[in-house]
Amino acid sequence: MSSSAIPVPRYRQPTRRTTELGLCVLALLIGSAGYIQVDLAVLGSIASDTMPVLCALAALLLLAHSATRWLAPYSDPILVPTVAVLNIMGLTMIHRLDLAEAQRAARNGDIAPSPDVYTQLTWTALGIVLFCAVLFVIRDHRGLQRYTYTAMFAGLVLLLLPLVPGIGATINGATLWVRLGPLSFQPGELAKILLTIFFAGYLTVTRDSLALVRTKVLGIEFPRGRDLGPLVVAWFISLGVLVFERDLGTSLLFFGLFVSLLYVATQRRSWLVIGTVLFLSGAALSYLAFGHVRLRVNIWLDPFADESDTGYQIAQSIYGFASGGMFGSGLGQGYPQLVPYAKSDFIMAAMGEELGLVGVMALLLLYGVVVERGLRTAVACRDVFGSLLAAGLSIVIALQVFIVVGGVSRLIPLTGLTTPFLSQGGSSLIANWIAIGLIMRVSDTARRPDIDVVALQEAPTQVVRR
Amino acid sequence: MTRSLRRLAVVLALLMTALLVNVTYLQFFASADLRNRPANSRVLLDEYSRERGPILLGSTAIAASIRTADQLRYLRQYANGPLYESATGYYSVVYGATGIERAENSVLAGSDDRFFVDRLQHLFAGRGVKGGAVRLTLDPAAQKAAFDGLAGRTGAVVAIDPRTGAILALVSSPSFDPNALSSHNPAKIRDTYAALLKDPAEPMLNRPLAMTLPPGSTFKLVTAAAALESGNYTPTTMVPGPASLKLPNTTKVLHNWSGTACGPKNTTTLENALAISCNTAFASIGLALGDQALRSQAEKFGFGTSFDIPLHAATSRFPAQLDEPQTAMAAIGQYDVTATALQMAMVAAAIGNNGQVMNPYLVAQVLSPELQTLETAAPSAFSQAMSPANASTLMAMMVTVVERGTGSNARIPGITVGGKTGTAQTAPGRPPHAWFVAVAPAGIGGLAQIAVAVVLENGGGAAEVSGNKLAAPIARAVIEAVLRR
Repeated sequence: MSSSAIPVPRYRQPTRRTTELGLCVLALLIGSAGYIQVDLAVLGSIASDTMPVLCALAALLLLAHSATRWLAPYSDPILVPTVAVLNIMGLTMIHRLDLAEAQRAARNGDIAPSPDVYTQLTWTALGIVLFCAVLFVIRDHRGLQRYTYTAMFAGLVLLLLPLVPGIGATINGATLWVRLGPLSFQPGELAKILLTIFFAGYLTVTRDSLALVRTKVLGIEFPRGRDLGPLVVAWFISLGVLVFERDLGTSLLFFGLFVSLLYVATQRRSWLVIGTVLFLSGAALSYLAFGHVRLRVNIWLDPFADESDTGYQIAQSIYGFASGGMFGSGLGQGYPQLVPYAKSDFIMAAMGEELGLVGVMALLLLYGVVVERGLRTAVACRDVFGSLLAAGLSIVIALQVFIVVGGVSRLIPLTGLTTPFLSQGGSSLIANWIAIGLIMRVSDTARRPDIDVVALQEAPTQVVRR
Repeated sequence: MTRSLRRLAVVLALLMTALLVNVTYLQFFASADLRNRPANSRVLLDEYSRERGPILLGSTAIAASIRTADQLRYLRQYANGPLYESATGYYSVVYGATGIERAENSVLAGSDDRFFVDRLQHLFAGRGVKGGAVRLTLDPAAQKAAFDGLAGRTGAVVAIDPRTGAILALVSSPSFDPNALSSHNPAKIRDTYAALLKDPAEPMLNRPLAMTLPPGSTFKLVTAAAALESGNYTPTTMVPGPASLKLPNTTKVLHNWSGTACGPKNTTTLENALAISCNTAFASIGLALGDQALRSQAEKFGFGTSFDIPLHAATSRFPAQLDEPQTAMAAIGQYDVTATALQMAMVAAAIGNNGQVMNPYLVAQVLSPELQTLETAAPSAFSQAMSPANASTLMAMMVTVVERGTGSNARIPGITVGGKTGTAQTAPGRPPHAWFVAVAPAGIGGLAQIAVAVVLENGGGAAEVSGNKLAAPIARAVIEAVLRR
């Protein structure tokens, strides 16, 4: 067949980078409006350092966008703008609480504490730089599969690092921190990404034997004992985190992640049954064994019983949500500083108070968009490892949001976790930006055309597509 | 893996839905209940973060909020606190608000629906929202005269403009300084409050509105009104007036204060009976009219109705179901008849207003935060208690009381004053309550401009003269303050 046979219209897979740019601008506008409103409501005028902050954010978003345009042109165009809104809203609320602290200091005649928003902005910059670095260094996510067991080892080391005497630090009862000189870091946040890589790599290899080799007990098919091993190991790891680091949230997060990924990989519902049974027995055991778990549950059941002491945090959080009502007090016009840890764990209560139910719903739906885009990437991805990686990272974000927001709004017992992208805390912020970078990388691979379609059309021989 | 991923997505969506349902419950359905729990300090902080509107008399603020440096950003201050306390009330971080501060809170705090547009304008600017202002009907001169008159005594004064029902004076004695309860120092507030609560003179009782006492002989005005309205009596009708009257079906005997008959042959005219406050005559009239006629007349004057001015006033009572001796006692304002000072002022006001009872009110105007008038009180009639003709007849009889009867201390040169004394017996061994009600000026054709009720709690001497001796001068001072300016 000659090359001049039939004229075929040239087809080009759309990259939709311009959509991303437009949405980034929108994200910046929404965030800036909030940030400026805080100034107007609290100070009466726009503070002199607000414009530099917003310009820095614009530059950072442009950097992130340039990176996707250059390094991952076919990646999902929604993800970066969505997490950008969350990140800027977090900065806005931290700025708002900084101003409240400054006002209180002024009232008491104290020196104003240094604002936390600049620290958080620095971490945001680092997070976005690392996001770009992920896209630059990891040109194909399949390469990560080679590091499955390295990731496991590194993840476990990071997870256990806070327990090392001398560098570990216990803050608010949970041993989650590593302190090196003036820097403190929560290695568990990075560990969750490394362990997701490990779970994804491990399940890519073993999912067939886990899914197919079964024994039947009481009418339900169960995997063989030797295949159960990894699940039991994961269960022990999360129990270990619970017992030695007293961190209910992280423990629940790892276990939920592993069970969900196991189900996705094997499509066997028996894993869910086993996982749930293990979780419930673990929860029951820890309730019986540990006073701090019992206390958490009792506070959850009746936060107002000991409102001035043990139930104080959650009661204040509930008052924050309730006082916000439908539309909230407006940024800068409520009293979010009355909730303890309003910048970190309880930032959603602060949002609820000042932005109201509509604001909280909007934020939750933004998380919903992030998770949905992540899962969509997992479905679209053509290799098992990429699918599991994207799914795993999405599950981490979804579960983390559920555990922390459910905790502060008293849907489930309160456990300490950061709210992704919103909460103050560098480890959490950069870990989440790295996670988004990985999802973007998988997404780019998933949507990238197999072979150059144009070249194919102009090729002299007939090509049969698979 | 697509199928399991989709199922997983459904599970995650369910978790998200659970979060959304839960925050909807917190922020919408249970919001009001949770927000208003006492341990939530936000409601209070919020109220104190706005500039509360002033309470005005004319263009002078008697209560206003000033900016402070502490967390409660505005402090409530009362100029002449004790003088106006029974109207303004206090505004306390610890004990909440009373008086106008409470009754008009939505206006003063700026949360009233009428300020919707203002609030909308301030939505983006934030804390600029101010409260609206309330202008009271009180007359500063009348209030001051009443307050000074009651100084050192326990009692109440109410003055009303009979034509409108506007309250010109509202004084409770002893009073206290609302500034002491409106500070930002909870410990001091609690101490002051405890001390006020312990005081046997009960300074926190708002006497003119909250306290009901037997009205004694001032109630004879109601009995006289019922008599005139029955059509069987005129001022010159001869009524029995013996030195003492044996009450039917009992061994009880009712005496006149003087211990003598009210006229020759144990009879006297209705006019003279009122002028000298003849107990036996009015007991006889009460018996002749029956308890039903008295009750119906009392209710037309406002007995049995509670008035919110907008401060809540206690309901004055004429008891239901009276037998004959009880009716005789009720006709002279004893037995279980009780009235507030406000109620007795309303009786006098109606007589001076052609028999029409006006609904009493304390708020003349509601003003926006920018002091533009949003609402002006519209005077409204409560009832027509008696015909205009009978009202002016009774008014003339009240003038006789002052000119040549028991109310001589209410005389003002150049002003015709109508009045009625009262001395109400309380528990045996306790001094009686001394009453005086007055209305002025009385004249042909014109309507009265002020009606006053004064009561001195357990303040009277043993005789009928005490109302005249102690209470009438206060009423006179209040009338003079309003009519001589």
